[in-house]
Amino acid sequence: MTFQEISTLLTQTLGPEAISGEDNNATPPALLIPASRIVAVCQLLHTHEKTYFDYLACITALDNGPEAGTLEVIYNLCSIPYNLQLMLKVIVARNKPGEPLPEVPSVSHIWQGANWHEREGYDLVGITFTNHPDLRRILLPADWEGHPLRKDYEIQPQYHGIETT
Amino acid sequence: MLPGKTGEGEVIFAKLDELLNWSKRSSLWPMTFGLACCAIEMMGTYAADYDLDRLGVIPRASPRQADVMIVSGTVTYKMADRIKRLYDQMATPRYVISMGSCANCGGPYWQHGYHVVKGVDRIIPVDVYVPGCPPRPEALIGGFLKLQEKIRNEKGTPPSASVEPTDTAKKVQKTTSCA
Repeated sequence: MTFQEISTLLTQTLGPEAISGEDNNATPPALLIPASRIVAVCQLLHTHEKTYFDYLACITALDNGPEAGTLEVIYNLCSIPYNLQLMLKVIVARNKPGEPLPEVPSVSHIWQGANWHEREGYDLVGITFTNHPDLRRILLPADWEGHPLRKDYEIQPQYHGIETT
Repeated sequence: MLPGKTGEGEVIFAKLDELLNWSKRSSLWPMTFGLACCAIEMMGTYAADYDLDRLGVIPRASPRQADVMIVSGTVTYKMADRIKRLYDQMATPRYVISMGSCANCGGPYWQHGYHVVKGVDRIIPVDVYVPGCPPRPEALIGGFLKLQEKIRNEKGTPPSASVEPTDTAKKVQKTTSCA
């Protein structure tokens, strides 16, 4: 299936609001998916007999900075039997200091591998993956403050009495 | 055995300090643990080609039996508590060799590494710093020779019964610059 055919399949099956746009500069080309529809889209791509995206290669979380005011979650999907590659992007609003973290539904019940990728996104970029079975920090200590890959991140002055700068 | 030194009832005289220092520096037993790529060089130094055993350096599996802690690699904040605990578990006299740029000052993580302690001397007192990224086995051997030299000149120190965990932090000198 081509990129356009996958796009058509999604809009025909899940309705036109399942896709909010396309990013043809991405490699492979990306579909922009609203956060509320990402689980339905992934479920369909995973199970549909024409796509069968059985392998989630990576989940990347990205901070576009306070000026842009958005965070992204990027899913790289692979269909091993059809040799297809597809990128999905979910763009959510960036929370201001003191506000709760933005939420994106977890896809770890579809691909088990998403579990640790989503924990990493939560740990370093600060995105809450709802319905995740075990959302806690994966790399940094549990009592760490902040999410270091945020553009406006400032390190805490001390950790357990150790000067950090 | 030395010829002429046995069976004659001869006596060797030595100062107690020198005897103790000789025995301390001749069996520097490091604790077996490694943190990063420096640990690979450390293992190479233990192994047949460089053979640290020649200097009486034999890795031990427990901090209770160890005299030296080789901090071989990047010390993260998550690891810092464990390093400090292991150091506190070692019996005195105890020494620390900081191996490689990361343990010395944070190395390549000095500026942007949010997760790296900027020098292990912020947690525990360090006796010898071995530069390199990672240091070659010869450099680590050089570090041991330096440590032996340091012990050779030590004056007798009374053993301290116990060290509060906070005491080690107080002894630490603050590093302010990597360069």
